[in-house]
Amino acid sequence: MNAPVTIDDKQEHASPHERERLVVIGNGMAGCRAVEEILSRDADRYAITIFGAEPRVNYDRIMLSPVLAGDKSFEEIIINDQSWYDDNGIELVSGDAVIAIKREAREVVSASGRVTPYDRLLIATGSDPFIIPVPGHKLSGVITFRDLDDVDKMLTAAETGGHAVVIGGGLLGLEAAHGLSLRGMKVTVLHLMPTLMERQLDEAAGFLLRSELERRGQTIITQADTAEIMGDSHVTGVKLKDGTEIDADLVVMAVGIKPSVNLAKTAELEVERGIVVDDDMVTSDPAILAVGECVQHRGACYGLVAPLWEMCRALADFMTSDPSGYVGSVTATKLKVSGINLFSAGDFSGGDDTEDIVMRDASRGVYKRVVVKGDRLIGAVLYGDTADGSWYFDLLKRQEDISDIREALIFGQAFASGGATLDPDSAVAALSLDAEICGCNGVTKGQVVACIDGGANDLDSVRAGCKASASCGSCTGLVESLLSISLGEDYGGARTVTPMCQCTSFTHEDVRRNILEKELKSIPQVMQELHWTTPDGCASCRPALNYYLLCAWPTEHEEDPQSRFVNERMHANIQKDGTYSVVPRMWGGITTPNELRAIADAADKYEARLVKVTGGQRLDIFGIKKEDLPSIWADLNAAGMVSGHAYGKALRTVKTCVGSEWCRFGTQDSTGLGIKAEQMTWGSWMPHKFKIAVSGCPRNCAEASIKDLGIICVDSGYELSVGGNGGIHLRGTDFLCKAETEEAALEYIAAFVQLYREEARYLDRTAPWVERVGMDYIKGRIVEDEPGRKALQERFLFAQSVHQKDPWAERVAGAESHLHKHIAEIRPFAILEPA
Amino acid sequence: MMVEAKWIDIGPVEQLPALGARTLPVQGGQEIAIFRTATGSIHALANKCPHKDGPLSQGMVHDTSVTCPLHNWRISLLTGEALGEDKGCVPVIPVKVDAGRIYIERVAALAGVA
Repeated sequence: MNAPVTIDDKQEHASPHERERLVVIGNGMAGCRAVEEILSRDADRYAITIFGAEPRVNYDRIMLSPVLAGDKSFEEIIINDQSWYDDNGIELVSGDAVIAIKREAREVVSASGRVTPYDRLLIATGSDPFIIPVPGHKLSGVITFRDLDDVDKMLTAAETGGHAVVIGGGLLGLEAAHGLSLRGMKVTVLHLMPTLMERQLDEAAGFLLRSELERRGQTIITQADTAEIMGDSHVTGVKLKDGTEIDADLVVMAVGIKPSVNLAKTAELEVERGIVVDDDMVTSDPAILAVGECVQHRGACYGLVAPLWEMCRALADFMTSDPSGYVGSVTATKLKVSGINLFSAGDFSGGDDTEDIVMRDASRGVYKRVVVKGDRLIGAVLYGDTADGSWYFDLLKRQEDISDIREALIFGQAFASGGATLDPDSAVAALSLDAEICGCNGVTKGQVVACIDGGANDLDSVRAGCKASASCGSCTGLVESLLSISLGEDYGGARTVTPMCQCTSFTHEDVRRNILEKELKSIPQVMQELHWTTPDGCASCRPALNYYLLCAWPTEHEEDPQSRFVNERMHANIQKDGTYSVVPRMWGGITTPNELRAIADAADKYEARLVKVTGGQRLDIFGIKKEDLPSIWADLNAAGMVSGHAYGKALRTVKTCVGSEWCRFGTQDSTGLGIKAEQMTWGSWMPHKFKIAVSGCPRNCAEASIKDLGIICVDSGYELSVGGNGGIHLRGTDFLCKAETEEAALEYIAAFVQLYREEARYLDRTAPWVERVGMDYIKGRIVEDEPGRKALQERFLFAQSVHQKDPWAERVAGAESHLHKHIAEIRPFAILEPA
Repeated sequence: MMVEAKWIDIGPVEQLPALGARTLPVQGGQEIAIFRTATGSIHALANKCPHKDGPLSQGMVHDTSVTCPLHNWRISLLTGEALGEDKGCVPVIPVKVDAGRIYIERVAALAGVA
């Protein structure tokens, strides 16, 4: 290397001419670490100049969060102070950014006009924060979280308190939010995605994190799309696309980073997302290298610190003539928020050829998930207990064969590495008698063994006898191991009761009891507390949980459309060709010429291919496209009709005969009572579909004796019977009671419906439920226990005050409109703009 | 320009709810279903169950599979194969996400267009 010597040289070191001149652009973590690595290999090879844009020495950028939170001071996060530069003969040019690279002359030009020649140039410009270009993003009080200046601005803002809005619920955003919250600001985090830190966490861990942050007083809004930052000169608030406005005295944008490549791009180096480098970190110009967050290696850009260390080692090896080659990094993440332990590494997106092993310990707030592919660990998410994070990360990076420790892998290193004790039974056998088996109820192994010796011979009798595994159930496997060890061949094996689905060991009844006792209010919360073995359930348990939650907590439940079967999500019945059928409600089966005209017009307008009278005395309009549903509903609404819920696990129809008003045999106004019953019960969600009929005399023209609830009018009143079914297994109703007045009949109806709602298993019709619990039980609750009946009625009417609304009208008004629109449309060689 | 592009931009990721799906009709071709899993990954399959042509876009998404709304067949979002006891396969259309937008591979999306 023979560049001319025109350097403004203040260096005291001798003979810079004999040494190659290395210029480093960037005084950050990557630039300085690269220099350290080079010096450690060959301290005399290069004469080094480092340019830094910030007017200070090299500090540990990832420790800015602890500085903001007050856990550390700036002095504590300095990596290299001035004496390091001096001792190693490095010239530091701080506060003077390089603005141009002249590749032909091999020199760089700084903002102050200084021209510095190089033999080798190292670009370590790092990354820039990504700014969302919404209106108001340049207002004073809108900042990023990237360097010490940003931290100073946040600390100044926090001195006067007030509201801070952090845009971005990723690693950086949450650390900023935590710091500002500790500094006394009222913090709201806005996150575009449904799950916090979705790139590092799965839904379950994201849920736990969110709950903890909310408990600490932060407001978390997910799926929050920022429309505008408001304010005249200084920020006053943030407005979301859905119209929500949030007060703000400070807005921190922490939505992400992008490689800082402008300098390289202007110098015409090869740049894609980042500066393209080979395995030796050399760019498209052999004299120029690059390292850190600004580079793109084998298609990947990194925003974490560990890859940076690996890149710097490869770079230094190459620059000291011993190339080793960088092969890319597997990354792991830890959140630096005190008191929250969270770790994630590798790939946990799941897949057919991968297997999830999930362990949840609700009492300790622990969620662990490891993902195994073949004989290798490929990903891990840990929340609450991250002690084994580094062990998993090590297995993952070294691609170790884990087949021998697979069974015990989820229990962590101490357990899995226990030598010969890899069979779960022998591992349990090896535990001491005072080892705790059940954390919830504080039951030791000795107590469980004593309970088994005392006669308990299955899980349920152990649960009844000593309470082990009777609460959260996470120690079920351990208890079953103890049964198997203690009883040997006498152990009958696992229980005979049927769990809700393959995602859990709990029965429907266990789950419902726990929802009430533990006040569980969301699906992820149920899955965590009850130790679901899958990350987001299955098509069998999700609709059931959604129902159990809405039934238990009518006012607090947040509807989860993704946990509804298609018909309930679309409020229409899907047909085999993918179109839908639409059934408007006709109270008691009564209609009018106007309603019929509206139905006929709608059938014409939307080209219905069939209109059919149903078994429940309604009209069913077939062949409607999902895009047309909101408009046909609007037309039917305009004629005064609401959803008939012919698609729901819900009250379907109340079928009636004409009764005493017209029929010469009629004893009571069966139509009138039917309409009242339908107006009371429509819109209520149930474990399965629910049909009512009212016949005006024992001739029973409304076929009341094969309905979930049938009423037969007689001269002296109304005979109520329940549990009938005209489906695959024909079942006549069982007599419940007689009511003397309409009012009394309606009270029994409400109470019976509510008992069914609260106690039947999801997807049980009344017939199997009545057979299982018996008519004596139902009569005991509904007929003999008057205060109990009135309480059931009251709970039903309260739930109806929340749930009885026309879902069609809501959709017509624009709710869930994405369900009725295509995301876009492809026409060959042209594409329509997304809807 | 559009004509040569390997990928077609079909809109921003946030148009897809987590554990949800949207449809993408292809004029003269097979409608495509675009899915989003709980972890945020995006997948695309022909919107047609291998069993009886059920619209997979209307099914329930869990983990990396979707359950068909008509007869509860479980289809892998990764391979398009029916899971469990059932046998059958539906075409997978390559998708990618870049800067918050979903792109679908042109050739695969237009497969079967006359």
